[in-house]
Amino acid sequence: MKSATIVVTDPTLRDGSHACSHQITIEQIQKYATAAEAAKVDYLEVGHGNGLGASSLQVGLSLVPEREMLRTARSCLNKTRLSVHVMPGFATIKREIAGAIDLGVDLFRVGAHCTEADLTQRHLSYVRNVGKEAWGILMMIHMASKDVLLEEAKKMQSYGAQGIVLMDSAGASFPSDVTEKIGALARGLDVPVGFHAHNNLGLSIANSIAALEAGARIVDGTARGFGAGAGNAPLELLVAAMHRLGYKFNADLYKILDSGELAAELFAENLPISNAVTIVSGLAGVFSGFAKPVIRAAKQMHVDPRDIFFELGKRKVVGGQEDIILEVASELARKNSSKNS
Amino acid sequence: MPTKIKVAIVGTGNIGTDLLMKVLRSPWLECRLFAGRNLSSPGMMKADHLGVPVSSKSIQAVVERRSELDLVFDATSAEDHVKHARILRDLGLLAIDLTPAKIGKMCVPAVNLEECLQAENVNMVSCGGQASVPIAFAIAQANPEIEYIETVSSIASRSAGPATRINLDEYLGTTEEAIQHFSNCRISKAILNLNPAQPCVHMQTTVFAKIARPNLEKSREQVGAIVKDIQKYVPGYQMILEPMIENGRLAVMVRVEGVGDYLPKYAGNLDIINCAAIAMAEAYAQKRVGNGKAEAKNGFTP
Repeated sequence: MKSATIVVTDPTLRDGSHACSHQITIEQIQKYATAAEAAKVDYLEVGHGNGLGASSLQVGLSLVPEREMLRTARSCLNKTRLSVHVMPGFATIKREIAGAIDLGVDLFRVGAHCTEADLTQRHLSYVRNVGKEAWGILMMIHMASKDVLLEEAKKMQSYGAQGIVLMDSAGASFPSDVTEKIGALARGLDVPVGFHAHNNLGLSIANSIAALEAGARIVDGTARGFGAGAGNAPLELLVAAMHRLGYKFNADLYKILDSGELAAELFAENLPISNAVTIVSGLAGVFSGFAKPVIRAAKQMHVDPRDIFFELGKRKVVGGQEDIILEVASELARKNSSKNS
Repeated sequence: MPTKIKVAIVGTGNIGTDLLMKVLRSPWLECRLFAGRNLSSPGMMKADHLGVPVSSKSIQAVVERRSELDLVFDATSAEDHVKHARILRDLGLLAIDLTPAKIGKMCVPAVNLEECLQAENVNMVSCGGQASVPIAFAIAQANPEIEYIETVSSIASRSAGPATRINLDEYLGTTEEAIQHFSNCRISKAILNLNPAQPCVHMQTTVFAKIARPNLEKSREQVGAIVKDIQKYVPGYQMILEPMIENGRLAVMVRVEGVGDYLPKYAGNLDIINCAAIAMAEAYAQKRVGNGKAEAKNGFTP
């Protein structure tokens, strides 16, 4: 089992976009991408938190236009391959994917909510047809059983996905869930399987290790956990754990530790921490990226952000439905004021 | 009793069959033909059971029965509509296109019904377009300095069939084009989310706008007025968040509950585009029949 080399994907400059309300700068991209290249990370993912074409009033406008972000990262990378996240419904082939191919993106990770894999069919086939690498991403995996996930992953595999990554987008999974779900995919698919953790319940490293032990060949980690909600599996801890457990990987341990130190400086203002809101986000099973907009709406409308999260959880909202936060917050505010009057 | 105009529906899937139910209720429209390819499809069987003339010859059946018809609803596919549009034009029949083919004049009844009555082919844009364009239009009426408009729709996964899923990019493109066209704002963006929650969620649409100096009061007035207009032909259309400013953006949110004709009530996305198509057809009927005396019960007059 430990003979295979584990592929390390680093979405610090993509998931971290959520942590700083999409204000990643050119300088941060230059510095971090250079460090990732030096650390021999296999793939570096760059862009808006919700991927290509997602800079919006709905999710938040990026400080730096997407093409500039990609161009900057491209110029810093040589061996480390450049990856982007793609969510059909936000990104289109004509408007974003074609342009990203021209800018030299190597890998397209095309994602959908974990029960909606067929939305990725055209985008995955397009990327494969132009000769680029394409993976399928199933998000919010705490909302589906292992059988459903396997069925959806098989669809993506049939569309041409060369890898499938399960994302615990709400940080709501426990190690036993991950073992079961990754195990089912590792046994049932022909392509390698990966895992992407969030730390809302403090389980990002434990869940990532459970994934590796269940047969995952790809792991996502971000420097100092720079990502949505309570952050991702911190890459430096993840690589240290893999080193200790005897997994093979291309990354350089010392240099990964260095890029963790660099991230602590670069993103000092916005490093994710576990707090009342991120914990409730994990408990309610709501997309980690909702944390900042929920806190903002709660403040404006004088309601408890935790109430918003639990109500969003009841409604089973998925990633991309940030507008519902406003509706839920105003409804709670209305209820509160009628109670007090 | 007003004279009804005679319509054909081509395409017997969910949209076509739901349209049929609406036509059967209309005081202005009479369905003379329900045509598709498969006589044993659920929609076809339902039509047959209701005593509507059916055919498996699709557009060819329209050609053969030209003399019995005044207008044709096309609920097939964008690819097919390209062919059908030519045939219908040569036959001199008004085409109301529910596919994303975008050949004819874009029609959003609350905004431009009157000017569509002269067209030979009208396109019903998209479900999200029918829900959001009037709101974008009203916001534009109230705020001359709109920099950017965005529309986000969430629909129940169960209401998105295979055609919707495979045509997601086209849906986004068409909706964006309509928002730009009707709001005169050069930059727009459309986003679509599918939500698999059970019980199924109703369609919801949010319109966001970036405006240098937003006029909230006037926005509320204009949006409130157009919502009332839409409700005349889409009974389940409701505003759930009136214009508000949050984080430097103006936001309005609406929910669409379907009438529940053929499709379940949560499928407001399919209901609204069909309601809009019926509003167009009834207005055309009233113009043709040329009498305003018998006001249609659920008809919409701009």
